Order: sequence, then structure tokens, then C-alpha cells
Amino acid sequence: MTHAIWAEGLVKRFGETTALAGVDLAVRTGTVLGLLGPNGAGKTTAARVLATLLQPDAGHATVGGYDVVRQAHQVRQLIGMTGQYASVDETLTGAENLLLIGRLLGMPRAQAKARGRELLAQFDLTDAAGRAAKTYSGGMRRRLDLAASLVGRPPMLYLDEPTTGLDPRARAELWELIRVMVAGGVTVLLTTQYLDEADELADEIVVIDHGRVIATGTPDELKAKAGAQTLAVRPADASHVAVVVDVVSELARGEPEVKGQLVTVPVADPAVLPGVVRRLDDAGVVLAELALRSSSLNEVFLSLTGRPAEDTETNGEPEGSVA
Amino acid sequence: MTTATVAGPATPLIKPHVSLGEGLSQTLTLAWRTIVQVRHNPWELGDYSIQPIMFVLLFTYVFGGAIAGSTGDYLTFALPGIIVMNMLFVTMYVGTGLNTDLTKGVFDRLRSLPIARWAPLAGRIIADQVKQAWSILLLLVVGMILGFRIGTNLAGLLAAVALLLTFALAFSWVSVLVGVLAKDPEKVQLFGFTALFPVTFVSNVFVRTDTMPGWLQAWVKLNPVTHLADAARGLMIGGPAANSVVWSLVWAAAIVVVFAPLSLYALKRRV
Repeated sequence: MTHAIWAEGLVKRFGETTALAGVDLAVRTGTVLGLLGPNGAGKTTAARVLATLLQPDAGHATVGGYDVVRQAHQVRQLIGMTGQYASVDETLTGAENLLLIGRLLGMPRAQAKARGRELLAQFDLTDAAGRAAKTYSGGMRRRLDLAASLVGRPPMLYLDEPTTGLDPRARAELWELIRVMVAGGVTVLLTTQYLDEADELADEIVVIDHGRVIATGTPDELKAKAGAQTLAVRPADASHVAVVVDVVSELARGEPEVKGQLVTVPVADPAVLPGVVRRLDDAGVVLAELALRSSSLNEVFLSLTGRPAEDTETNGEPEGSVA
Repeated sequence: MTTATVAGPATPLIKPHVSLGEGLSQTLTLAWRTIVQVRHNPWELGDYSIQPIMFVLLFTYVFGGAIAGSTGDYLTFALPGIIVMNMLFVTMYVGTGLNTDLTKGVFDRLRSLPIARWAPLAGRIIADQVKQAWSILLLLVVGMILGFRIGTNLAGLLAAVALLLTFALAFSWVSVLVGVLAKDPEKVQLFGFTALFPVTFVSNVFVRTDTMPGWLQAWVKLNPVTHLADAARGLMIGGPAANSVVWSLVWAAAIVVVFAPLSLYALKRRV
């Protein structure tokens, strides 16, 4: 088994904040690793270390066998990066952005132009090629970002929250493009705060929180562990809450959470639903609400860590200014 | 959609480092990018074209008669100084551009590419030299239309331009530092106005030093803008220049010694 990206014990501090507190990662060649966590968990910091943009305070990492600190120049020849922290120049047109990168990668002008045209066509941006990137819609911007990271045909691609802020349609389109690239053999490191995105794209998921890896596994393993879905039951009569808690904790896995009259519990297998209904019916409980829905990241976190995911904006990813 | 062209990763030929030639070519590519940005944002061109012309017209025709007794004499005195002043303002575009790249994430994209570490900064500074050359030329042409004449010769003029460009190169480091420290590009411009205006006005660009109170003269005589303006006057219209040229170069060297390490340190901390 070969690892395209491999990291051990990565530590990164920004002053008082510890963004990475010893992160281990391994991405097999040709697969997608989803780095899942809330804002400020350290995902972007990890991606930036692996992209040679930040130096770790401790630990080490290799990309394609090259050390990210000592052989940064070699690593940069292997990676393409896209996301919130590596953007296109919005004053240039789409075509100019791709031409710029092609030229910087050492392509002759004609070849860089041809490569740009090819990518613009693939990403459905030909009509917008001559317009400044700042006039693009969110979805077009992300597609251009992605195209820009692919100019040099890198064998490894880092996607940093590629669909944050996109509408569902643009999101699905981008997912499709990513799948096509993966089918072509690209190794992908995907950071995301959406469980469904990791589930859609990743072969393996690493859940990260407060700079630490708190769970690793395939999407299925993780869902089995954390409960892919959440069962929500609200009895019509408040006095029945205790009965509901008894029934669901017996049939579903994990500790039910009670909020007012609403009882929620993560479930691994949706087949528990009929059993729950039958048992509650037998007990004479009248239900006001009964729902089975996909777990949110927050619920996965709750079942993995026993506490909700904190949305700590300030932790880990500083906005860069020293002024 | 054909998958092969989008996806198919090449097996790249891994090079151990960037050669100097590659680095220079990347610098030129990045300088090209900055010039293309101006094409897309003609307002910027207006900033360092229309504004200096306004200064020339304003000072020549509104204040010139009062200050020097004749607008023609005053133009001869003031134009070299206005060129110096404008040169300092134009260096601020290095900082504005760098700050935009830093805040928008373009700088990180560039840093993730296998290019020379110094190319992004060098590209900005080279592009700035093009903008500098443009505004010097523009001011000279406008000045000549209004009656300014070179009193020395072509060699003197070229020496003046070379001195101005050299100083601009050195002063770019101040702009880089401001660009790295500022929170957003507007703050860089704000610095340009609040810090550069007093420095340039409290010099002998617009009036002779001996008309000012003694305590102010002390600063004016020290001010690098004064030395540069004197050097530009000497080289363009005649008179002693050697002394002020030397002082200008000393100032340029001092600015590089202080601000280049500070800028690079600040940049390393920010990214």
C-alpha cells in the first residue's frame, strides 16, 4: 500500500492557540481522504502544512515521498491547491488566470494558452473566458479555482472546503467534476465541514477537532460508529417522555438526548423505525412527531465526542493580519 | 466531458530547485500580470496620470505667480520636484497590490506553485518600475507642453530618471512593509496620504528652503525628498547636482538596509 500523502504528529501553534495538536494522516495513492471538522478544527492548517505554505512546529509529513519542509520545492511540483486560501486573481479574466499559471509552471505561451482553453471548456467556462473573475458567480469562481489548480496536471489535489457557500446545484456540479478527476487517478485531500460531502466523495474520512484526530474510517464505518441518521420522537403528552427514552435507548444505539419533549438519538440502521413505532404503540404513547433524518456534522460530533461541535472561528485559522 | 484531459495526472519530472533563469522568467510573468491588472482597471492608471498633471497645473498657474513671480520660472523650479513627489506616491502601488494578493489568497496560490520564492515580490517591484517610467515620461511631456525645458542634455535627463528609478526601487521596501502590515488595501492608500503628504510637502519641492522658519529648515535639509528634488533639478535644468545625488543614494541605501529585512520578516510572519 503506497501513501501519496503521509503525516505524523503534526503540531502547529499560533501564539497561544494550538491549531494542530499532533495530527496523523495517511492518504493512499489514487484515493480521496476527507478531513472533516467544524470551523477552526485545524483542517485548513493541516492542508496548509501539507501544501508547504506553513511550517509545522513539530512532526513531519511527506507528499509523494518528499518532505514538506526540506523538499518543499519538490512537493510544490506535485500538488494543486484550491480553496478559500488559494484563490485566483479576480481582476484578471478566466483565460488570463490560467495563462498566468501555465507560464509560471514553465509552459511556452502557446501551450499555456491551449491548456487554458482546454480547461475552460472542460469546466464550462468558455463563454466567460474573457471576463474578469470578479464578475463570475460563486459556482463559476470555484470551477475556475479548480481549473487553476489543474493547469500542471498535478497528481495530488488539495481541495479546501470546495463547496462552502455554494447552492445545491453548483455543489452537485462541483462534486461531479471532482469525481471525474478522481477517476483519472488523482489523489485528493478534501477538507470539509459537511458530513454529506465527505460521504459523497471520500474513500476514507478523518474527523478532526481542536487540532486532534478523533475518528478515522471509511464513511460507512464512521456512520456505523456515530449513527448516520438521527431518530427524532416527540410524544404528544409530556408525561410519556420517559417511556420514549426507554424504548429508543433499547432499540437504537447510543444515548438519547432530551430537549423539552423532543427525544433524539443516533441510529445506525433505519430498520429500527418500525420496531420503535410498534413498541410505542403498544405502550399507548401518542406521537406528535416522528422523524428519521441524516445526522448533521454536529450530531456526529456529539456521538463521537460526547459534546457538540463548537463553532470557534478564532481557533486555528488566523486571518493573517499582524496589524 | 473527456476525462483524460482534465484528470490524467502527468508523472512530473521533479526538479530539485528553481534556476535563476526560471526565476527571472517567472518574475517577468508576474510583472506582466500586474500590467494586465492596470489594463482591467483604468482608474489606477488615472490615479498616477491625472493626479500629477493636476498638481502641475495647480501649482504652476494658481500658486506659481505668487511663489516665483512668473508661472514659467515656477514650472522650471517645481516640475522636477513634482516628479519626485509623484514617484513616491506611485511606489505605494507595490504595497496595495501585495496587500490585495495577501488578503485575497492569491499570494498563497503563488506560494503553492513551484516558482522562485522571490518571484512574486520581484514581479511587483519590476511592474512598479514600468509604472514609474510611465508617470515620469508623462509629467515631462506635460511639463514641456507647458514650457518646461531641459537645461542640461540628454545624459543629464537620463541620469535623473535613473536616479529616480533607483530611489523608487529602494523606497518600494517601505511600501512592501506597509502592504504586509495593513489590514486591507485601502489602509495602504491611507498610509500613502497621511505619511507621504507631509514628508513630500515639507521639503523644497514647492518652495525654496530659505523661505521657511529655521526649525523647519533643519528637517527640510535632511529630508530625502529635498535631496532628490535638488538632484533632479541639477540634472535636468543645470546647477550643482553631485552632492544631492550622493545624499539621495545614501538615503536609498539606508532605506533598503532598514526596510528590506523588516519587510521580509513581516512577510514571513504574515504568511
